[in-house]
Amino acid sequence: MRHLLSTADLSYAQANKILDTAKEMARISEGPVKKLPTLRGRTIVNLFFEDSTRTRISFEAAAKRLSADVINFSAKGSSASKGESLKDTAQTLQAMGADAVILRHSASGAAQRLASSHWTTGSVINAGDGTHEHPTQALLDAFTIRKHLRGGTGDLRGLTVAIVGDILHSRVARSNIHLLNLLGAQVILVAPPTLIPLGAEKWPVQISYDLDAVLPLVDAVMMLRVQQERMNDFFFPTAREYSHYYGLNSDRLKLMKPNSLIMHPGPMNRGLEITAESADSARSVILEQVTNGVSVRMAVLYLLLAGAPNEGGDLI
Amino acid sequence: MTDYLIDGGVLAHGKNVQVLISDGRIVEIDRIVSSPNAVNAVRVDARNCLILPGFVDLHTHLREPGREDSETVESGSRAAAKGGFTAVSAMANTFPVADTAGVVEQVYALGQAAGLCDVFPIGAVTQGLAGQALAELGAMADSKARVRIFSDDGNCVFDPIVMRRALEYVKKFNGVIAQHAQDPQLTKDAQMNEGFLSSRLGMKGWPSVAEESIIARDVLLADHVKSRLHVCHVTTSGGVDIIRWAKARGIQVSAEVTPHHLLLTEDLATSYDPMYKVNPPLRTQKDVMALREGLADGTIDVVATDHAPHSAESKECEWQAAAFGMLGLETAFSIVQATMIDTKMMTWSDLADRMSTAPALIGGYSDHGQSLRVGSRAHIAIVNPTRGWQVDRDLVASRSKNTPYHGMEFSGSVVATFFRGVPTVLDSKLVRSNNGN
Repeated sequence: MRHLLSTADLSYAQANKILDTAKEMARISEGPVKKLPTLRGRTIVNLFFEDSTRTRISFEAAAKRLSADVINFSAKGSSASKGESLKDTAQTLQAMGADAVILRHSASGAAQRLASSHWTTGSVINAGDGTHEHPTQALLDAFTIRKHLRGGTGDLRGLTVAIVGDILHSRVARSNIHLLNLLGAQVILVAPPTLIPLGAEKWPVQISYDLDAVLPLVDAVMMLRVQQERMNDFFFPTAREYSHYYGLNSDRLKLMKPNSLIMHPGPMNRGLEITAESADSARSVILEQVTNGVSVRMAVLYLLLAGAPNEGGDLI
Repeated sequence: MTDYLIDGGVLAHGKNVQVLISDGRIVEIDRIVSSPNAVNAVRVDARNCLILPGFVDLHTHLREPGREDSETVESGSRAAAKGGFTAVSAMANTFPVADTAGVVEQVYALGQAAGLCDVFPIGAVTQGLAGQALAELGAMADSKARVRIFSDDGNCVFDPIVMRRALEYVKKFNGVIAQHAQDPQLTKDAQMNEGFLSSRLGMKGWPSVAEESIIARDVLLADHVKSRLHVCHVTTSGGVDIIRWAKARGIQVSAEVTPHHLLLTEDLATSYDPMYKVNPPLRTQKDVMALREGLADGTIDVVATDHAPHSAESKECEWQAAAFGMLGLETAFSIVQATMIDTKMMTWSDLADRMSTAPALIGGYSDHGQSLRVGSRAHIAIVNPTRGWQVDRDLVASRSKNTPYHGMEFSGSVVATFFRGVPTVLDSKLVRSNNGN
């Protein structure tokens, strides 16, 4: 495997290999010397067509801990506006000798487009493409669940995970649905019907409109961010009504199983999809997700650049 | 003028004939022509070929004036000739928009100057395609271009009162409103057919209902004011059903389907390659089958290409940023043969009707779509259903290369095209000299 574009492209063995490697990376990160020489002399470009400080610095930290040279390239706008086109930007970076491009883009499929073009020969890592996928987020989510509920090894068989909120526009949800299924977990999507994608009934998930009914069943709940712009597009009547039915508040906290986890990919809208009590409760692993993000991204960079997984997922 | 003898071909209904062409007309058509002029005529070998009336396209984007970098009337005419077309209808969404007599006359004149096929301009329904105020439909109808088809194609005439008035107004000169049926509210930022696949790919959906609700409204309006409606590029099985229902009620509605909607499905979007990005979008296999059935049973009257040339840079980008549209003129026949004849859903006579007779009738192009007999204008397409070819985007006659068929093989091809009795294409190649140029 040369690129990481979608969790749907991962085999069971590959996914587990990434999680196992991330565990090693985490161990190193906790040690006195946080740096590995593995990617010394390699150039990794953070190519961000969309603002995302969190994801960018997470990848940057991961690359630097592996001793890679990191270039940050923020390209505002896209070829649709007056900005430089994806093609020209990619070719420019190629000319500068990029070994890997970490791409964040507002257009779904941008990473796949880049990977299948001749615009770059390096590895392409999808750091979020439109409303399509965000594979490293799903990997760090799986890593976090596995650590807390499976002792840090094996898959997620027997666990039930609810993904709550704006499924329709969520790349995090799409990547998680593929990966959680691959690892054997049950997925329940919870949202008002307007935010469930058309055809989702054919996805390998259960769908519910009732958060209160679902919460007692789950081992982890992932709360998705509700974008401000959805308010004006008739997806739900008001922010208050949304919070009333789908917000994770202290009353709903009580419905959850004792050891269940509260997760959020960030940034949170406190008071909208999640209240402060929930976000800061003992069950919340939201900050740990951030920490794990670095380990998982180190694993991905290491596996893609230091060695390549062969057919059948035998990662080196 | 040189005389031509088409030798060895068969007509759509199967009769083996020789066709003698003189002075732009068919002067004799028989198993063996008897005229002594045949001896000196240039012989065109049509063995294993069908001799069909020249194809007529009701939906062609020629981009001139304004986007001559992607196509001109001349280059589009060459693509048309290669595709067996003798008449095309130039869509109004140029820069400036073809919403005045001046612009349509310019486009018409450019077509005559190119001399490879008739270019009949389509006039805009509303000024600037903005959907607000009617363009000067009467002036365009009375102009030298004699416009009869009006369309805001690319945009839907969404305001029902504007649509109603347009339908009424064109009755004065037996015009027709060709509607691009797309509810703009339901398709804001839409990228591809809405369904399971768009949800998986994370692309904004273009739901079937956005097309069908406009078709339903417009057939009812056409019925109400007793005028003619033409539905551009139908793509959904539901749309076919509504048109079938309207025709059964006696409503004056005609409809077209594009070759790409007869052949391709939304699954191609999985590649995120914008070569497959088109408006209206590629739909499902179920829709494709319904469109083929609709074309076969006559619910859909014509095949129209929606030939939409685009510069390289407007496709060499991420899907969302790319332009909608694909080339169509040079591949139309081969695709209709593959999807309708080779599947035994239509006869060759049906194909001649859907690609020539019916569109000429809808557009009022009386010089075209004539049955091949003595005295008819010699607008002729000669096709070989067993001469296969492979599409090569570097060999297209169009100025643009945005064909989704690059590398695809088809079993039948256009061998020769006659426009006003003069070959524009022979042996599948453009004839250089025409009209003395």
